[in-house]
Amino acid sequence: MARTDESRTKDADLTTKVAMYRMMQEARLFERRVQDLFLEGIVKGTTHLALGQEAVGAGFAAAMQPGDLVYCTYRGHVHTLLRGAPMDALMAELMGKATGICGGKGGSMHLTDVSHGAMGSYAIVGAHLPIAAGAAWAAQERGTGQVVVCFFGDGTTNIGAFHEALNLAAVWRLPVVFVCENNLYMEYTPIGEVTAVANPASDRAPAYGLQGVVVDGNDPDRVYATAREAIDRSRAGGGPALVEAKTYRQSGHSRADPGTYRPEEEVRTWLGRDPLPMYRARLAAEGVDEATLAEIDAEAAAAVDRATESAKAAPLPDAGSLQTQVWSDGGSAWRN
Amino acid sequence: MAELTYREAVARGIAQEMARDPSVYFIGEDVAAAGGVFKTTVGLLDRFGPARVRDTPISEQAIVGAIMGAAMNGLRPIAEIMFSDFFAVCWDLIANQIAKTRYMTDGQVALPLVIRTANGGGVRFGAQHSQSVEGWAMAVPGLKVVVPSTPADAVGLIAAAIRDPDPVIVIEPKALYPTKADVPDGEIVDRLGSARVVREGGDATIVALGAMVPTAVEAADRLEAEGVSAEVIDVRSLVPLDTAAILDSVSRTGRLVTVEESPRLCGWGAEVASIVADERFFDLDGPIVRVTTPHIPLPAADALEDLAIPSADAVVAGARRALG
Repeated sequence: MARTDESRTKDADLTTKVAMYRMMQEARLFERRVQDLFLEGIVKGTTHLALGQEAVGAGFAAAMQPGDLVYCTYRGHVHTLLRGAPMDALMAELMGKATGICGGKGGSMHLTDVSHGAMGSYAIVGAHLPIAAGAAWAAQERGTGQVVVCFFGDGTTNIGAFHEALNLAAVWRLPVVFVCENNLYMEYTPIGEVTAVANPASDRAPAYGLQGVVVDGNDPDRVYATAREAIDRSRAGGGPALVEAKTYRQSGHSRADPGTYRPEEEVRTWLGRDPLPMYRARLAAEGVDEATLAEIDAEAAAAVDRATESAKAAPLPDAGSLQTQVWSDGGSAWRN
Repeated sequence: MAELTYREAVARGIAQEMARDPSVYFIGEDVAAAGGVFKTTVGLLDRFGPARVRDTPISEQAIVGAIMGAAMNGLRPIAEIMFSDFFAVCWDLIANQIAKTRYMTDGQVALPLVIRTANGGGVRFGAQHSQSVEGWAMAVPGLKVVVPSTPADAVGLIAAAIRDPDPVIVIEPKALYPTKADVPDGEIVDRLGSARVVREGGDATIVALGAMVPTAVEAADRLEAEGVSAEVIDVRSLVPLDTAAILDSVSRTGRLVTVEESPRLCGWGAEVASIVADERFFDLDGPIVRVTTPHIPLPAADALEDLAIPSADAVVAGARRALG
């Protein structure tokens, strides 16, 4: 994107940068712990980790305001955490505990914390784009000033709901920012092999009258500036935005996938662009002292340890909760 | 009291609730300026304006997704899916998202929304615009499903659906749109989960839904001429299901016939038959008989479609079997 005087004012200040580093470190250590706990058989089912993609979540989380809403995918631990959901309740949900953020009914692919504006992790590819548009429609009609941020992967750009949602959001000028986290792989398949254009999201933007925006998704400062511009513009009535953040999934698609289909050279290159050490070095170069960074690292590690221990100690869901919360009366009765 | 067509009653029910609650919005294909392809929403745009009554692109996933998101953020939206057959192109949003989100979030999310749709055959549209899909909706935990069979019920059940805090699918039998009946003046708000005895009788219970209700009543009239007194129950609501009304009737009559427009397998009548067999087996004096459309896609030709959809003759024959 061309840099303008206006966009320069949207650059992160040092306080924001330090906050983003803390978010990224918490996200990184949380995901690593989840990986370990899965191997130990304590986290069950499946997990889709965002290791390597933390800068996208941190940049947008730092740019959002308290009432804003986030919709994300089954690769949603990080976005839910960074929106402010309590880490211990997230960890407990992954372990299937009663104290989980969804009482154990959601699991890894369905983390939701409405009280913090984390409106859900959606496990069917593409489904949440029209839902996010609908939340933005309500914000527009009610005049709440909210912006909705909707994260999705590169694979989503080839499903119909992506196109239906973008068109509707554009026609209705909805305050929603669609964020494609392009990690180069649609599950196990390189996205380029199955997509007609080079940039799967941003190259489609002109079809909906939107500007195609590509940003380095491993650079939280660039993500933040792009997010601020898109979110502020959308909040001011400028309609939807579509941002494509180029990043890399350091692990496989899910727990079942070692990711061996990826060329070694590619993996090496992207691990060399790991957002955590890169950003830590930048902050040090910009004058953040080592003690501050080390303290953040230690606090993040301690938070993950605390969340792990509290989730391990938490009770299993009570049998009485099985047939609750199908309906708003709290129950599940379908007959008299 | 005014005589209304079913299609006029649909608009009245929506208007009643939009006038009462400013958070009620209504979207769909051709619903605003055109007043709906079935003319079920005539006048709503003029009365409530283009923000609250809004035409959409042909994007069923966007339509259903949009009302879900809007319901998560403070609106009580209604969507029209023009033909219920089109549920198939937005079924992910209905069955995977709307139906499951409250449970998956352990009650964090309420979805006070309504999806209205024109359902069923009798209008010679062929297999992709004539299906009876109430069974699809009924089979998914988390959806309430109602099927009004009269203009007054259309007003009252639509109103109840809009006021309900959970997602409700309102299935409108398109064959009934031109039918007329008296509708009381003033506000009408019905109750989900309540069946109605539309004709009393002591020899057999005929349970019907939607467009099959008038067919069942016609059959009961013919049976009366044969000396058989048949009770006809309009199910009205599949979820929640008023099993008490059905079980009470079967306890008195000892005979049960279900009349379903949907194809044979897994129709709502199979669930009713199962419940009755389980809970009133010793009150039954004959076989439970299901009268359904054969297990085929519906044909377009009038001669064939009329053979497929249960007729009063078919219901009479079914009742005779039940009576032994």
